[in-house]
Amino acid sequence: MSRTIGITRSQGRAIPVAAVLALLGAGLMPGPVRADLIGDAEAGKRHYQDCIGCHQIGKGAEDAIGPHLNGIFGRRAAAHEGYPYSDSMQRAGVDGLTWTLETLDAYVENPRALVSKTRMSYPGLEDAGARADLLAYLRRFSDNPANIPEAAPTAVGTDHSVDPEILAIQGDPAYGKYLSSECVSCHRADGAADGIPSITRWPERDFVVAMYAYKKNLRPHPVMQMMAGRLSNEEIAALAAYFKDPD
Amino acid sequence: MTLNRRKFIAVGTAAAASLSAPAVLGQGAGRPRVVVIGGGSGGATAARYIAKDSDGAIDVTLVEPSRSYYTCYFSNLYIGGFTDLDDISHSYGTLAAKYGINVVHDWAVGVDRYARTVQLAGGDVMPYDKLILSPGIDFVEDSVPGWSFAAQNLMPHAYKAGSQSELLKAQVMAMPEGGRFALVAPPNPYRCPPEPYERVSMVAYVLKQTNPTAKILIADPKLKFSKQALFEEGWQRHYSGMIERIGPDFGGENTSVDPEAMTIDIDGMVEKIDVCNVIPAQKAGRIAEIAGVTEGNWAPVNAADMSSTVDPDIHVLGDAAAQGDMPKSGFAANSQAKVCAMAVRGALTGSKVFPAKFTNTCWSLIAEEDGVKVGATYEATDEKIAKVDGFISQTGEDPATRKSTYEESVGWYSGITADMFS
Repeated sequence: MSRTIGITRSQGRAIPVAAVLALLGAGLMPGPVRADLIGDAEAGKRHYQDCIGCHQIGKGAEDAIGPHLNGIFGRRAAAHEGYPYSDSMQRAGVDGLTWTLETLDAYVENPRALVSKTRMSYPGLEDAGARADLLAYLRRFSDNPANIPEAAPTAVGTDHSVDPEILAIQGDPAYGKYLSSECVSCHRADGAADGIPSITRWPERDFVVAMYAYKKNLRPHPVMQMMAGRLSNEEIAALAAYFKDPD
Repeated sequence: MTLNRRKFIAVGTAAAASLSAPAVLGQGAGRPRVVVIGGGSGGATAARYIAKDSDGAIDVTLVEPSRSYYTCYFSNLYIGGFTDLDDISHSYGTLAAKYGINVVHDWAVGVDRYARTVQLAGGDVMPYDKLILSPGIDFVEDSVPGWSFAAQNLMPHAYKAGSQSELLKAQVMAMPEGGRFALVAPPNPYRCPPEPYERVSMVAYVLKQTNPTAKILIADPKLKFSKQALFEEGWQRHYSGMIERIGPDFGGENTSVDPEAMTIDIDGMVEKIDVCNVIPAQKAGRIAEIAGVTEGNWAPVNAADMSSTVDPDIHVLGDAAAQGDMPKSGFAANSQAKVCAMAVRGALTGSKVFPAKFTNTCWSLIAEEDGVKVGATYEATDEKIAKVDGFISQTGEDPATRKSTYEESVGWYSGITADMFS
């Protein structure tokens, strides 16, 4: 998967990453990338204070309001046995969502971009540098972190959030109604969800960020990646406007 | 039903009156008229979308001889025991009651393109401003030497679902221990490319449980077939040693049958068989040929609106159309019908017409909870419906993915049939 290298890091942390990127760009990077360059785990530990109320981590951690996060890297979504995941998270796991540096980064940035009806009541963390730190901290509790394949520095700081200009597009519900005829070949127009999730009456923003997550292949479903892949910004906005309140 | 019948008679009378005064013929004073021939995936969708989205501004008539429509998709799952026949049966009451579609259960036997009328077997004549043909397939005569419609009870095709599906299943269940099942596969192009191979999978699934020493033979005129790697991997995994396929490299295209003797002759090798599922070569449903819109076996269309290349007032949908890259499938017909419905409404009422988009996805079941899928998106070019992008299930996928793919297909069935009949 190709990624945009659009790094917006706070000062002080940017230098080692930039140096590694320069080496990568010149094709000079020797051997496995040193995974500890992704962020400052000590700074991440402070950010984790926002998570600890629900997610235990470290020795003796147990499931609480949320599942414990030991060994999260490389695990499939909803794959930790014994924790009662939401239907939406279970579906994401079955579709193939696996927690990598990239998917965790996108999920922490905006949970609903990846899992629309997640029960995690976390607003998201916009600062890419802060996320890199948080993930560096989380990774301490996964096995053999240096060999986690996705932990290449090129993944760090990738901004997954949808451009505010795109989120601001006012969709045309009439156009959305026509476009929706493609969706309702599988998703029931009456909102029933049996094997295929409901897409009606979503908040427009959730609809748009979900479609972009498919467009960027962050969400794993091949049909949806294909369908979203050819929709323009205006078309996604139109669909979001129509499905918010279909007639 | 009473209301429909009255409405139907009224339309018939109007048609008779207009015949004696050819100047009116459906145009002019009344609402514009659309006649749809064929109540399957293409026709039912087109009728529903035109009626629903025009809010009664267009008079829509759907001509379909059957009162119950059995979808070809999922009919293999009936053979495998994963669904009941009733669950793949759909009727037309909602289309009449909810959208005011005039549902006429009769055969269309003639199209007068100059007068713009359709003749029904019952004698009525229906005028149209736009005619939509979605007649599905008919079989090419003598494509499998020895087989004819007269032999369809001895050697079922089961390619128009319903009683033929029931017959084939009953024959499979009654096979002697260690008996032989043969399937004669059709040449391209034909309805639902993976269907013969899903059928083999479902027959194997049933036999593995009830008659595990039975054997399955496929005579195939094609070198390659849809989802081949996925099916062959699945057959190896679930039905090892049970299924043998003879392709054209071993004479599979040179196959004839003798229904009375229950034998199959593949390139001179005559074998006795217990059940023989003959799927002949196919062509557009006969009414397309009668209407004079076919070239060879199929009806060529313009991709942008599915209109016939020989008559702009006739649109052809689904299996019957020669449109380019889309496979002949219920999903494709449903997708094409929406593009057509939008174009027809635009032409008759001036409603807005957006650029055509097409999609197809096709799920197949190989064994219990082992589903696979293939799909693509398409766009209209000047020459044809052209593929844009696609995907296919991978060999070696984990069981959870395959189970989820199957469950997704069940959800899709519910969604797409609601999009046609509810």
